[in-house]
Amino acid sequence: MARGDRPLSPHVSVYRWQITNTLSILHRLTGVLLSLGAVVLVGWMISVASGYEAYARVNSTLQSPIGGLMLFGWTFCFFYHLGNGVRHLVWDAGHGFEMRQVRASGWAVVAFALLLTVGFWVSALASVEG
Amino acid sequence: MSLQSPLNKVLGLGSAKEGSAHWWAQRLTAVGLVPLGLWFGFSLLGLPHGNYDLVAAWMAEPAHAILLILLVFTLVYHSSLGMQVVIEDYIHVPGAKVLVLVAVQFLHVILAVGGVYAVVLVSVGAGR
Repeated sequence: MARGDRPLSPHVSVYRWQITNTLSILHRLTGVLLSLGAVVLVGWMISVASGYEAYARVNSTLQSPIGGLMLFGWTFCFFYHLGNGVRHLVWDAGHGFEMRQVRASGWAVVAFALLLTVGFWVSALASVEG
Repeated sequence: MSLQSPLNKVLGLGSAKEGSAHWWAQRLTAVGLVPLGLWFGFSLLGLPHGNYDLVAAWMAEPAHAILLILLVFTLVYHSSLGMQVVIEDYIHVPGAKVLVLVAVQFLHVILAVGGVYAVVLVSVGAGR
């Protein structure tokens, strides 16, 4: 039998999606998206160093509807990755491994990320109008 | 029961000889990014984004410049460690894997140099 034709044991796709594996893959996904955000962050810094016109271009792009949507997405990625990262650090310290605790901390991280993302943008838009 | 030899136990090394350093760096940069990231995120809320001079003056403030440079270093290091693991896990074509790993490492070095140099330039008054 050729190497590639060997039978595989049941792969990840046969398992039911649940809060644990969903949040795990979401941690990776938000991490990769935040890496892209780091490119924009450094681009923004370079635009400040480049002077008024470069900054105005970058700033107006970021404040366009698409730019705003991306910033909103990065805000959620940031708060989610931060909250779930702290959850990982607690696990690394050896705590919270009971399934009940794992599910509860998972939902807590989701609530934390949603609340802070919404709170952040309510406050941001209020300061623009105020 | 541990399967590690007494010597390896003392050295703290696994079979890969270097995994623990990556693991520790990932965690320590994560710990650093909690205060740095929150500080930067909430600083953005207070910034008058439409006013270039005020944004540049904020960035040039020594305490802010130092924190921004720390943020760039820690973020880029954390990002490069994380992206490395993601690439290793999901790209299975041997040649492509190495190529993408090297390219992403180069991009991270460029990001770090670009971010730090930008903050330094603003600090010495560039653009104003």
